Amino acid sequence: MSNDIAASRIRRAQQDPAWVRWGLTAFALGVVGLLVVVPVVNVFVQAFAEGFSGYWRNLTGDPDTRHSILLTLTVAPIALAANIVFGVAAAWAVARFDFPGRSLLIALIDLPFAVSPVVAGLMFVLIFGLQGYLGPFLRADGYSAMPYLVSFVAAALVAVLFLLFRPTKKHSWPFALAGGALVFAVAFFLQQHFEVWPRHESLKILFATPGLILATAFVTFPFVARELIPIMEAVGPDEELAAVSLGASGWQMFWHVTVPNIKWGLVYGIILCNARAMGEFGAVYVVSGHIAGETDTMPLRIEKLFQEYNLPGSFAVASLLTLLAIFTLIAKAKLERQAPSLARSRAPKMEPPNL
Amino acid sequence: MASVNRKVLPGLALSLGYTVFYLSLLVLVPIAACFLKASSLSAEELWGAVWTDRARAAYLLTFGAAFVAAVANAVLGLLLAWVLVRYAFPGKRIVDSLIDLPLALPTAVAGLVYSALYVKKGWLGQYLVPLGIQGAYSRLGIVLVLIFVGLPFVVRTVQPILEDLDPESEEASASLGATRWQTFRSVILPTLRPALITGFALAFARGVGEYGSVVFISGNMPYKTEIAPILIVARLEEFAYGEATAIAVVLLLISFAMLILINRLERWSLRHEQ
Repeated sequence: MSNDIAASRIRRAQQDPAWVRWGLTAFALGVVGLLVVVPVVNVFVQAFAEGFSGYWRNLTGDPDTRHSILLTLTVAPIALAANIVFGVAAAWAVARFDFPGRSLLIALIDLPFAVSPVVAGLMFVLIFGLQGYLGPFLRADGYSAMPYLVSFVAAALVAVLFLLFRPTKKHSWPFALAGGALVFAVAFFLQQHFEVWPRHESLKILFATPGLILATAFVTFPFVARELIPIMEAVGPDEELAAVSLGASGWQMFWHVTVPNIKWGLVYGIILCNARAMGEFGAVYVVSGHIAGETDTMPLRIEKLFQEYNLPGSFAVASLLTLLAIFTLIAKAKLERQAPSLARSRAPKMEPPNL
Repeated sequence: MASVNRKVLPGLALSLGYTVFYLSLLVLVPIAACFLKASSLSAEELWGAVWTDRARAAYLLTFGAAFVAAVANAVLGLLLAWVLVRYAFPGKRIVDSLIDLPLALPTAVAGLVYSALYVKKGWLGQYLVPLGIQGAYSRLGIVLVLIFVGLPFVVRTVQPILEDLDPESEEASASLGATRWQTFRSVILPTLRPALITGFALAFARGVGEYGSVVFISGNMPYKTEIAPILIVARLEEFAYGEATAIAVVLLLISFAMLILINRLERWSLRHEQ
């Protein structure tokens, strides 16, 4: 009884006068309406200004627009896949181990939040551009680097798989290194022997798809890692320690203990990362070179159509990206209901790094 | 805890090795290239690129617009967080989700639709332009899109603190005869201050780097509506890589300095609370 009275007194103390409540709520709804709802509605109204057939024609009739959709669907998944692998590896290292330079590493992971995307794009221009550090080499004989690159990737893959499955119980590292070296040599020889790569031809990275992927990956790499680190830290290492002490291999522990524990966070990070990757503009703008039908992603296509005063076309492409954003929000809300800890962790995830 | 894990849990060498490799390739080498390029310029070249009238106007606009937008975001964000935490109204969950839209909506789309809304024939421009309020192709337009882009940050930093606020301190304040406004100013606001500063700083940092939305709405007129990232792109399109890099390095250094300052500020305000 006395508890009820105390509770109601607290409630009364937290209660604002009705006119304040209604006034603030109306103002807040007005702000969200003006800043968020009106623009979203406007996108679809403008996209369908010429009716549904006009909308469809704007989307599918223009080969450059079609290509931009295809290009975005190529670039974003590749950058996303790279960032997922990075995010899981970085989160495992940062959340489970202590090592010198750990806080510096965390600060580095946050870096893209502080760097303007245009500056990020510029960095890649300075490396791969014609006047850049690698530019002259890439132009003269860029493909000569490919055998080394491909062989290195193959060797690294074999070494990593070896270390994950550990077919030999002892001395895994020497075996992995030797195996990697062997694979490197074989792959290199095969590529030279069958002349897989053209000679003395320029390899395009800047103003081509690889540059777009690099720039997108740079801007979006924190998302998965930043989502996973707090979750892994919150879960703690006990279950993994138990699995290992019961004789599980690293690979078994990862798939049966770690992944189930972090799966919602992983999905959450992937969804956010994907939205950002598909919508990235600044960094991609600088490295793309704006070759219509070749290096224009969807956001760049929007800009080009806008510059050409083709507003219905521009809004048609924009409506697709807006749909993606709405889908992202719905998926995000669903996930937060699925795993309430995600909603809790959303606030500090963009915290500035500890310097 | 951590030192035990290293001996028992597998994968430190593999995961750390890969992380460092990926970060060096994607981040360290490009940043090094940027500074290397800037250091290859002579002092006069560097100064000539960084300190022109046009560049100064661009810095001033970049940081000024980001600051004004971040202040607006601090006020609006506090208000939105307050309403979302304290009041009940139909559709609250949807409004709460909509706050995150600026994080999910590509900035190019935001810029496109904002410029279309505020031009003379636009939905909002038809009322505002006759009043003399130019929302598109003006500095006001830049501030508007930066407010949109930074909207989630303050709300999302203040919201959890407000949810966890101890109701008894408010009751104590009320029972001591404080008015609601006095309670808000001297009990609630001080508790929220660190979160507000963090949210403000995040919105500010986001605004300084923003490019995609501004390029649509600003009209990009040198000296008037040209922000620093747009100036960098303009220099690049003239193939003046050195000048572009010099301006980029200025922007990078200021961003780093800002991050450190924000961090100090946060720690200071946290210490002050305790």
